[in-house]
Amino acid sequence: MTQETLKPQEKKALIELLYQLADDDFILSFRGSEWLGLAPHIEEDVAFSSISQDMMGHANLYYNLLEDLGEGEADKIAHLRTPDLFRNAIILEEVNGPGTYLKEPDYDWAFTVVRNYFYAVHKHIRLDSLRHSSYEPLAEAARKIMTEQYYHLMHWEVWFKQLMTSTDEAIQRMTTAIQKVWKDFGGVLTLGPYYEDIVKANLIDDEAVMKKRWNNKIEAVLKEVGANYPGEPRMERGNGRNGVHTDDLKQATSTLSEVYATNPSTGW
Amino acid sequence: MTVGMSFNQLSEEEKMTHFLDRINAGEKIEPDDWMPEDYRLQLIRLISMHGISEIMGALPEKEWVPKAPSLHRKLAIMAKVQDEMGHGQLLLRVAEDLMAPLGKTRHDIMEDLFSGKLKFHNVFHMDAPTWGDAGIIAWLVDGAAIISQSMMLDSSYGPYARALKRICAEEVFHAQHGESIILAMAEGSPEQREMLQDALNRWWEALIMFFGPKSAKETGNSNADKNIMYKIRTKTNEDLRQEFFTKYIPRIWSLGLTIPDDTIRFDEESQMWIYRDADWSKFKQIVSGNGPQSQNRLDLRRRSYKNNEWVREALAAKKAI
Repeated sequence: MTQETLKPQEKKALIELLYQLADDDFILSFRGSEWLGLAPHIEEDVAFSSISQDMMGHANLYYNLLEDLGEGEADKIAHLRTPDLFRNAIILEEVNGPGTYLKEPDYDWAFTVVRNYFYAVHKHIRLDSLRHSSYEPLAEAARKIMTEQYYHLMHWEVWFKQLMTSTDEAIQRMTTAIQKVWKDFGGVLTLGPYYEDIVKANLIDDEAVMKKRWNNKIEAVLKEVGANYPGEPRMERGNGRNGVHTDDLKQATSTLSEVYATNPSTGW
Repeated sequence: MTVGMSFNQLSEEEKMTHFLDRINAGEKIEPDDWMPEDYRLQLIRLISMHGISEIMGALPEKEWVPKAPSLHRKLAIMAKVQDEMGHGQLLLRVAEDLMAPLGKTRHDIMEDLFSGKLKFHNVFHMDAPTWGDAGIIAWLVDGAAIISQSMMLDSSYGPYARALKRICAEEVFHAQHGESIILAMAEGSPEQREMLQDALNRWWEALIMFFGPKSAKETGNSNADKNIMYKIRTKTNEDLRQEFFTKYIPRIWSLGLTIPDDTIRFDEESQMWIYRDADWSKFKQIVSGNGPQSQNRLDLRRRSYKNNEWVREALAAKKAI
């Protein structure tokens, strides 16, 4: 399908899906950028900031697809929506830890590794499916993103396995982080309220199929590092795909749009 | 008898003469070559300060990374701070090789930074309260860095010269990114122009200080002279500052901005820029860790170093998989 051949219902489903894809990357990239200069070592600062930059680029690609579909300018979409219009999963908006990126950041590296690794596994599965999306511009974007995402997945997998098999303190911190992420990670694995239309239009594989792939992969990795698989991840604080969010997203969007919102009509 | 053995039989004085002959002939010194202790110490001081400045230098711009006012600017500033961190890493690796024979490691560099023994560049102690500051930093601070680093591209120490080659290539993109921000603001609304002028006013003295004092008498420091003798650098601080003026003052004026120094002018007779010198006692205060943001930014690094101690321990432990 192309923009011209989309039926109205398919277009609506596609727009919903694109918001999910864009907002997931946009918000998690923001959380990543807050880590700059605070990572465990300088090499990681270089790698992590590169990953965050890539992810911002991915969000930008999706926002541009939305612009092409008549949703308004990509910059306006990214910077001027109110939090209830965001479609990212709740666990991705969660702060990195106490403090802010400018003041007394007591950020949690274990939480960051677990969240990013689990997300990278899902993103990989999602992109793999999107490569065959019925909407050709999306399939093309997915193929492009996949070349970079391959390294992100590898990066976070190395961290995850290494910390899960190291000192007692590391294992204990990682286990706590897994429990924390597990409570809401179900939100990443859902396609939201328009799920049936999204699947019917062959935009992406069925949510149940992708969820199974994710669970199988994570179960195997947990077994490999000698940890227990805690059963299906939950969605305790609600579904971000429905526009349900926490105050952490408000903080994120007001920071991201602080300068742009002062004058959206001027050139910056 | 091999050349190596015969070299080892030379007296310290003869080794020194041989060393100076080599650098005067334009040869590069490599990490395993014989070098006078003083040369090694000068390099460690210069390169670890340079490396740690790149790393601390990412912090003022980091403040503006999420707030950059468009997706395009967000991507550009993210790429830039990542480059700066990469430069820091590259330079610390060069410094680590030089420190190894002294039994010192990166841990010592970080400890020296936290204790204030290892200083970082004056500009990175300053406030960056608006997006205009992010533009001025990328345009003029990076522009100044290109001028001072280009002079060392032919440094007598091979690994430093090679690292600088890569760094300078990337800095050119940074300055272009800065210039693009500045142009957008200069052509924008009256508020944007005002924001830009305010940022220039804030940064001007720090930019004068960037190149260091004219001569040793301002700060009682003769490192610059020593580094010229060792061919680590080739120009004086004042040469570099004049080059900076020649390149940037016309550009600043052409944007309709005002330089906050009403005495500044080009003197045809001496072919030099006449300007109001910086307050060098203030400079000393700033680089000693008493600038407006010195302790805040050091605290960010101290805090993260402490918070992530468990990660470094975990990485050092045996690997099961």
